[in-house]
Amino acid sequence: MSTDVTTPVPAATPARTPDPDRPGRRERFALLRSRADNKASPYVYIAPFFVLFGIFGLYPLVYTAWVSLHDWELASAEHPWSGLDNYRQLVTDPVFWNALGNTAGMFVLATVPQLALAMFLASLLNRRLRGRTFFRLSVILPMATSVAAVSIVFSQLFSRDFGIVNWVLGGVGVHPIEWQATKWSSWSAIALMVNWRWTGYNALIYLAAMQAIPRDLYEAAALDGAGAWKQFTRVTVPLLRPTILFTVIISTIGGFQLFTEPLLFNSGSSNYQGGSLRQSQTLAMYVWENAFVKFDFGYASAVAWVLFVIILVASALNFLAVRRLGGKD
Amino acid sequence: MVLAAPVEGTEDLPTARRRRRSRESGAEVGKAGPLVYTVLALGAALSVFPLYFMFVVATRSNDAIGGLPPVLTPGGQLAENVQRLLGNADAHFLRGLANSVLVSGSVTVAVVLFSTLAGFAFAKLPFRGSNVLLLTIIATMAIPLQLGLIPLYILMVKLGWVGDLKAVIVPFLVSGFGVFMMRQYSASAVSDELIEAARVDGCSTLRIYWNVVLPAVRPAAAVLGLFTFMQTWNDFLWPYSVLNQDQPTVQLSLATLSSGYYSDFAQIFAGTALATLPLLLVFVLFGRQIIGGIMEGALKA
Repeated sequence: MSTDVTTPVPAATPARTPDPDRPGRRERFALLRSRADNKASPYVYIAPFFVLFGIFGLYPLVYTAWVSLHDWELASAEHPWSGLDNYRQLVTDPVFWNALGNTAGMFVLATVPQLALAMFLASLLNRRLRGRTFFRLSVILPMATSVAAVSIVFSQLFSRDFGIVNWVLGGVGVHPIEWQATKWSSWSAIALMVNWRWTGYNALIYLAAMQAIPRDLYEAAALDGAGAWKQFTRVTVPLLRPTILFTVIISTIGGFQLFTEPLLFNSGSSNYQGGSLRQSQTLAMYVWENAFVKFDFGYASAVAWVLFVIILVASALNFLAVRRLGGKD
Repeated sequence: MVLAAPVEGTEDLPTARRRRRSRESGAEVGKAGPLVYTVLALGAALSVFPLYFMFVVATRSNDAIGGLPPVLTPGGQLAENVQRLLGNADAHFLRGLANSVLVSGSVTVAVVLFSTLAGFAFAKLPFRGSNVLLLTIIATMAIPLQLGLIPLYILMVKLGWVGDLKAVIVPFLVSGFGVFMMRQYSASAVSDELIEAARVDGCSTLRIYWNVVLPAVRPAAAVLGLFTFMQTWNDFLWPYSVLNQDQPTVQLSLATLSSGYYSDFAQIFAGTALATLPLLLVFVLFGRQIIGGIMEGALKA
């Protein structure tokens, strides 16, 4: 602000100028300039977003729908119109349904325990605590790691012969599990990675919301004879509903786009298949396979659009479900 | 914080903060007993363990890793492992690391710059259509970018950007979330009187942005920058689709390392450790701001 003092002040200039004609003109010019500045500046400031988003965000989105209605291969020069053929193919494509099942399964395994655990952690962190910052930092440390690196580390932890997980399980008499081999085992392992990474983040979000609950509500509940559990279910959870909704929707959007973790959990050059029997291939991986392995852009676009609609529907369903949660209080 | 935040959330921030702080100490429920500390310590250990294990393996030889019980203490082989990693002709690890710094750095600077500018315009400058345009931006946040993966790729083919770092930088220079976040913050943190005073002094709008708005929104801009950097550093699907193996980001170098047919785990883990190091550095330096960012964002929901 100190530099502003040296800026010429338009209103003060005319008084000092002897010529009666020039100050008016100068003043008018300054006024015009500042008026133009006022009018144009906002548009100039928001233009970068709209220009770049239009080119790289909106256009691809609309274009996806267009491509999905064509028989569109990267290599061929012609892309004949095919109407809803791609979507018809999709309905009878067992690989698509398999990927949808895998995605939904991993989503449930990754979201439900994650949010429950996050709620539990938040209620612990919400107590009078020594080393508060340390514990908060420790729960979100997994966020500050590279997804690719973590996926590689976990696939080693889950390796059949020398992995720590099997070694620990072996200590209680469980035979070595080949985690990548079956649906349930690979889903669980991949869901564990997701949970490890995001539980702390959700816990902090819940913690922030819990701290915004006025204390007298708890005191009133305690006076009415509500114990700790009842206070939690009757005061905390209903008041946290908007926050729970937020985390559920964020998890839905993220969960249905799961790609890196299952890809790197499987090894080899066709890891995008999610294992030899496609045990852990997600929808995002199937989109990728169709686009960048088979170069069938039309079909890949159809799968991508269906994925988008599924995300919207799943978010809406979750919205309704969470709105019911504790709704009759 | 993204979907449910009220558009007209223009409460005065300093007082809101003060209120929040006094509430914070008031709302803590009960004192933590030994059981709480035990559970939290266990949680902390589980958080740290995979990372610790990563650094252990990165400092060991392959013989030690392939044995049971698993090794849990660091060894002295880090230098050899890193040497093999840097000598790996397929992974282009150093180039990947440099590319990631370049990509994440430029995306972060641009997102912060454009978001603070647009946020200022939406919060403090009256203009025709501002409400509709802001709603448009909020709507864009609900759209996953992955959906446009294929046309974006077709676009890159047309532009000749396949395999070029431009392909992973230019589309990400703006962020709807960033604009919205800075709009919310500017509305409460930038004082109207100061802007008015600067106008009376004859400041141009750009000058006001630079001298009044930027200093006031610095805390939020820092959080936005941190999140953008971490997210860009981690991006996988798009770089994996559009870049080539010889011009990778560091995440792609890791993917190349791990998809090899031989498994030199010591080398792979040296790579994962090095690729994680910059993020850990950011975390150690700015951990408190990250916590603040998550919790403040949650409260806006």
